[in-house]
Amino acid sequence: MSPREVRLSTTPTPEAIADLRLGDVVYLDGLMYTAREGVYMRALEDRANIPMELPAQSAANFHCSPAARINPDGSFDMGAVTATASFRFAKWLPEWMEKTGAKLIVGKGGMSSKDYKSYFVPNGAVYLSTVGYGTGALLGRGVEKVEAVHWNAELGLAQAMWVIKCNKMGPFIVASDLNGDCLFERENAKIAENVARVYEGTKPAVLKRYGESDDRTDEVI
Amino acid sequence: MIPTHLIQSTAETLMDKAAIEIPQDYLDGLQAAAATEDGDLSSFVLKAMLENYEAAKEDRRAMCGDTGVPRWFVKMGNEARVEGGMVALEAALRRATANATNGVPLRPNRVHPLWRTDHDNNVGIGAPEIEYGFEPEGEWVDLITVHKGGLFGTDYRMLFPSDGIQGIKRFYLDSLMAFGKRGLACQPAIIGIGLGGSKDICMTLGKRASTLRIVGSRNSDPKIAEMEDEFKELGNSIGMGAMGFVGKNMVIDCNIEVGYCHTGGMPMSVHAFCLSSRRAVARIHADGRVEHRTDPDWFTPYQRRETVEWEPVREAAE
Repeated sequence: MSPREVRLSTTPTPEAIADLRLGDVVYLDGLMYTAREGVYMRALEDRANIPMELPAQSAANFHCSPAARINPDGSFDMGAVTATASFRFAKWLPEWMEKTGAKLIVGKGGMSSKDYKSYFVPNGAVYLSTVGYGTGALLGRGVEKVEAVHWNAELGLAQAMWVIKCNKMGPFIVASDLNGDCLFERENAKIAENVARVYEGTKPAVLKRYGESDDRTDEVI
Repeated sequence: MIPTHLIQSTAETLMDKAAIEIPQDYLDGLQAAAATEDGDLSSFVLKAMLENYEAAKEDRRAMCGDTGVPRWFVKMGNEARVEGGMVALEAALRRATANATNGVPLRPNRVHPLWRTDHDNNVGIGAPEIEYGFEPEGEWVDLITVHKGGLFGTDYRMLFPSDGIQGIKRFYLDSLMAFGKRGLACQPAIIGIGLGGSKDICMTLGKRASTLRIVGSRNSDPKIAEMEDEFKELGNSIGMGAMGFVGKNMVIDCNIEVGYCHTGGMPMSVHAFCLSSRRAVARIHADGRVEHRTDPDWFTPYQRRETVEWEPVREAAE
């Protein structure tokens, strides 16, 4: 069975978000901006003014640094686009969502259901995961143009805030819903049934490590 | 004498090829995996990846937005001579890395670990890494670039002889479980295992096992080759596929490399070379010919030698 395909605006209506189901494949239209640790620190810790009207212009935050260049004439060349792992931005996301009204957090690997329930759902937001991970060329094709690059001088190309215009950009996979359910945790639970069998006959290392979980159904993020 | 400009221009071509063209051996492995995969979501992911490789080649754009941390392995025949010496060769590789970062374009991933300074060209302190190997004969230089991405999928542990094969298996599984969930390791991957050496060399062995050996290759020690087969199957029996979704394909291949270690220990490292297993190789001959390939052919009998002297020809004659 193939997953269901959905076209979604980067300024989605509450109804469109409510309609999304775990495992749906999404293609995005509209403006999306990249923001990761550099942007979060500058906007939230250094209190710099965010150089966009959010969420009016975009409610989609991409955890991404593109493979791109700024040409001497100021134009942009965007090559491949993929996401970076999102779990490590949990520190900043609640405040970011409150401040910017982001409804779509787009990245790699999702967050925990605890994150979803505590600040995604109350903000009416869901998580979209990139596919692969590494469909960088396919996602690059979905970038109609680069609208702007903010904070390049302060943060460098990789951490700058890239504003891109998406035209059927995808595929992305819906990894959380408005119940706060988590696609990855659902899959983990199915795989957990096998763990004891796979480990059969192996034995713990003679030298232990501090602070580790020995439960293979746990996640380490 | 191999001219510096030829080294630089070849290196720039390699940077481009590595970023854009998935090596055939990995592609064959992934296609075989896609044919057997029956998990709904993981099948969808593999299909999207196969389309992605095509899109990258058609558009001549990088296959993944995380273009990794470009690095170089230089292998030289014993009689090879480079114009300007090795300092000139290193300068040529650094220039090629910087030029290709802007040219392809690649993502300027390299930053200072503390100050996060980004030169926007993937060049900095210790970057790109340049490592060397030598072969007993030949006037050629092999340039190998590897664009390994990913912050996940790699781990090291000091095991001991009493841990045995079962301890090795367990740490291997632990690494796949820890980094396979949510697909942090960007599997299905070429898993490289380093066994032995000192701690740093153990990591190096594992990294090279994943990046410098191709899918389908086997260690020259038949017992280690058997372990490679067994570990591949073990990894694929977890029930975890691409992105950590339910599936059958986590390991495209498992390569193991060993080095002699301290008598009391059995250090082990695990590395995952991801869905964008990017490597490109060229041999530059003394007469200026350049031959491109994707097999680094790093682990030759000379690289794995065990004896004090290297005299295979004489030994064979006796």
